[in-house]
Amino acid sequence: MAVLAQQIVNGLVLGALIGLIALGYTMVYGIIQLINFAHGEVFMVGAFGAHFLARYVLPEDVRWYVALPAMCLAAVAVSIGVAVAMERLAYRPLIGAHRLAPLITALGVSILLQEVVRVFYPGATAPLAFPRMFVEGHLAIGPVTILWTGVLALAVAPLLAAALHIYVERSRLGRAMRATAQDPDTARLMGISPNRVTLATFVIGAGLAGVGAVLYGIHYTQIDTAIGFQNGIFAFTAAVLGGIGSIRGAMLGAFCIGLVKSLAGQYVWGGVQYDYVWVFVLLILVLMFRPQGFLGRPEGMRA
Amino acid sequence: MLEVNGLAVAYGAIEAVKEVSFTVAEGQIVCLIGANGAGKSTTLKTVSGLLRPRRGEILLWGRPIHRLPAHAVLAAGIAHCPEGRRLFTDMSVEENLLLGAHLRKDRDIAADMARVYELFPVLGQRRTQRAGLFSGGEQQMLAIGRAMMARPKLIMFDEPTMGLSPIMIQQIMQTIAVLRSQGATVLMVEQNALAALTLADQGYVIDLGRTTLSGPGDQLLADPRVHEAYLG
Repeated sequence: MAVLAQQIVNGLVLGALIGLIALGYTMVYGIIQLINFAHGEVFMVGAFGAHFLARYVLPEDVRWYVALPAMCLAAVAVSIGVAVAMERLAYRPLIGAHRLAPLITALGVSILLQEVVRVFYPGATAPLAFPRMFVEGHLAIGPVTILWTGVLALAVAPLLAAALHIYVERSRLGRAMRATAQDPDTARLMGISPNRVTLATFVIGAGLAGVGAVLYGIHYTQIDTAIGFQNGIFAFTAAVLGGIGSIRGAMLGAFCIGLVKSLAGQYVWGGVQYDYVWVFVLLILVLMFRPQGFLGRPEGMRA
Repeated sequence: MLEVNGLAVAYGAIEAVKEVSFTVAEGQIVCLIGANGAGKSTTLKTVSGLLRPRRGEILLWGRPIHRLPAHAVLAAGIAHCPEGRRLFTDMSVEENLLLGAHLRKDRDIAADMARVYELFPVLGQRRTQRAGLFSGGEQQMLAIGRAMMARPKLIMFDEPTMGLSPIMIQQIMQTIAVLRSQGATVLMVEQNALAALTLADQGYVIDLGRTTLSGPGDQLLADPRVHEAYLG
């Protein structure tokens, strides 16, 4: 029982972190029907941005309540910077092109970013140690222990997702986003600039990925240039599983994936070596019976 | 106020509009009539910036607007109430109206919304309901209200009576007349030539992408060629 409970907790923490990336996938797809496969890399560069700040800028004896917000700001800034450049340089010129063109471009951008970081970031050819925070002690509930970093991830991710949901439902920009998602041409007739909405969507997704990157780094205490690709695939799967375009769906899908990966790693034949296989088995099973995902709408229902 | 000269618009290789010219004077109701596929909707979409002309020019108070993006055309004062209403069906009446006022930053938005509810009480009574739940005529009212929310100088209607009952058609046409009496200028595309020309100060016939006839509404109504082609 203790092991089961522990694995559930571990899975939920992983799910929370993946969820923060999945929100970016689901937002961008919801609004411009682009699967931004380079979004995982936006997460990755955020982690390196935070690492750079902590390793080369902040003094060594800096307190966590200074370091953590500062690292989050650095990660968010780097992630947003890269996402904006990507939208401007790679995707915007392809507006109106065949829909495979941006998809292939996204894959190219993904490889480019991984390689640029690997080649130019000092020491990035091997995994880098991430600053350790709150390592002393943990939260214990009966036999289950959660690192404070895990508690933080479990608190922050749903909070940010809820804030995003409210923002999209209530704000003027959120309304413009929903209008563009439903009917881009009519949204333009309302005076909404599609470029501005798209850019805002990339910025929001990148900001969430940046926060996720810091939470990921301090929890797993190690980063490398492949974390974007690996977690990006899981996050994309989470977004599809939950119903791509849906904010709540992305979080739900991410928690499911975290749980399946964690439990399969513990209990299913093959162990952690094969845990990710079961994530995709779950995806296939769900899509067979519910192609639109948990909370998505069937194709053709869109406005 | 609005001047369209020698407009040509193509979808790929197909030129839907070949040579369309017309003018709209301030305070008028101008109507473009013509058969299905004559290029009327394409013309409106080009005026509103959704499409780019291949040739010709569109001037608003003498200023060319045919290179502006759609949101800038709206900002310049032209609202477009599109064919098939194109409401945001998942959103409430209120949200649709707020989207109509998207570019506005002034404090009179609530007052204008109240004006729309006064004009169309059914919208006010059901302001929190999803637009998709409304009947065709009610949806058209909402689409008109949404376009009004931008406080446009010129408001364009594309087939506002399509698919509506005769009573509803009458009501929509009355509303358009009310809008004009309140100072709006109207450019309208209609297949229902009788209803449209009765209301219009000026009419233009578009045939196969070209403006072929023009004149005051009643004069066109009396024209045997119009009669034969569109009223017979």
